[in-house]
Amino acid sequence: MLGRLILTYPVASQRVGAGLLLALLAGLLYSIGISPAWIGRLFPATAGWLAENPDGAAALSAVAITAILVANWKAFRLLPRRQQVVAVWVELFVLLMLFFYSFNLSFAFIGKKIGFLISQGVVTTLYISAISIAVATFIALAGAIAKLSKNGVIYGLATFYTSLFRGLPLLMQIYIIYLGLPQIGYVISAVPAGILALSLCYGAYMTEIFRAGIESIPRGQTEGATALGLSPNQTMFLVILPQAMRVIIPPTGNQFIAMLKDSSLVSVVGVWEIMYLARTQGQTEFRHIEMLITASMIYWLLSISLEFLQSRIEERFGRFNAR
Amino acid sequence: MQDPTEPEIRLSGVHKWYGQFHALDDIRLDVARKERIVICGPSGSGKSTLIRCINRLESHQEGKIVVGGVELTDNEKNIDGVRREVGMVFQHFNLFPHLTILENCVLAPVWVRRMGRRQATEIAMHFLERVRIGDQAHKYPGQLSGGQQQRVAIARALCMAPRVMLFDEPTSALDPEMVKEVLDTMVTLAEEGMTMICVTHEMGFARQVADRVIFMDRGRIIEEAPPEEFFGNPKSDRSRLFLSQILH
Repeated sequence: MLGRLILTYPVASQRVGAGLLLALLAGLLYSIGISPAWIGRLFPATAGWLAENPDGAAALSAVAITAILVANWKAFRLLPRRQQVVAVWVELFVLLMLFFYSFNLSFAFIGKKIGFLISQGVVTTLYISAISIAVATFIALAGAIAKLSKNGVIYGLATFYTSLFRGLPLLMQIYIIYLGLPQIGYVISAVPAGILALSLCYGAYMTEIFRAGIESIPRGQTEGATALGLSPNQTMFLVILPQAMRVIIPPTGNQFIAMLKDSSLVSVVGVWEIMYLARTQGQTEFRHIEMLITASMIYWLLSISLEFLQSRIEERFGRFNAR
Repeated sequence: MQDPTEPEIRLSGVHKWYGQFHALDDIRLDVARKERIVICGPSGSGKSTLIRCINRLESHQEGKIVVGGVELTDNEKNIDGVRREVGMVFQHFNLFPHLTILENCVLAPVWVRRMGRRQATEIAMHFLERVRIGDQAHKYPGQLSGGQQQRVAIARALCMAPRVMLFDEPTSALDPEMVKEVLDTMVTLAEEGMTMICVTHEMGFARQVADRVIFMDRGRIIEEAPPEEFFGNPKSDRSRLFLSQILH
């Protein structure tokens, strides 16, 4: 019955469907208790009416927001694709900034501290992350080759390693390395301990990524290389890995971004990286939120540069796929 | 040093098992220099396994395989030596898709033979011209047709200046109209005196170039004869049945 109606009047039923969806959205906004205060602020004349009819005001607010969203959608549909992307980014970014602005932040305080946050915090975070990323990539490569090994001892080592370091919380790993190693006579300072923990943890995750990438290359490639007389190492580094990179890079980029932010866990052992500074600098004047939001924005900016880097590398390794 | 009267390849009493499955059963085969051999037989008869044992892509468990005077054992050095002298062409080409045609051909001479890049490029271009792909040298394998890719694979193997060429069903994965261009390349190679072992069902090719046709079934060599004799007067029931099925 309903199916036949939809088939007979496709355009009309599409309109009805869209209308229902919007009504549902407006209802949802109303039911979560959307505030009508913004209408009063935009049109001071309505303030009196809004105060007298709280229910009507909330309903009006829900409907108005829905209408704004629809107008927004329709307007963006007129743009070409590239500008649509830019417009969405700009609009959401402005909304996010307005959200932060509503916290009544002291920009003078941020301005006073941001220099130190960057010169000390960002530099520390970046070099801890960069070293950890390099070491983790090396570990992952070795781990993946070990996991594909026929030798039982090597395979056992690799599986125990990935199981342990993927299984323990990173925070615990940092504590165990920083506080545990001195128990057996190796006193390790905070930065090397943090780098070691990050490298080992992310090396374990990335081992699986590298293994999957290597295994995704058909066996014929190894056979072709072997038949030409290439050694197993030459086969791996000249034939298999360059092809596997295409599969390895996107999830590895993910890991790099995750590691960049997980480097904030190193702050628990007192390394002066972004997160540690954000917490300690904010404490003195009880301006925690200012510093935490600034730190978050810095992390986001760093992540964006990594995303950019990833897409460039992907392009480079995807070249041969062009037809 | 190799005795010139010795065969290029000698297999004696070779056995191979995959678990319980007897893949090669007492294979005895001598291949003289410049001899051209075609191996045929039903699928699963051990043809591919046999030639893959010759360059040790598979290892045999019993018996002796000697290639160019070198016995194939677990000795890595011997295996490397044999692989350098034996070229192989696969059913699915197995070109390296991330390298251009030219780079595919240069890779092994540079890294295995330690040849200079310029000399390797010259040799590669020479063989690519011979298989009539010279003008495509800077394309990637994915940009060529199946027949062209297989000709590149032949050129790539030839760049290592092998003494023996193994072909593992080189035309089975090709569209029908591309089979001829690959077979023509193989015929030219045969006429120039290359020692060749081909697993193929192209009976026309076998008639034209083979010195001997070997028929295998269930891991055994059932029949071994010059092509006229094998096609004209097959001795065993199984080869007769096989021929009646593929020649209609």
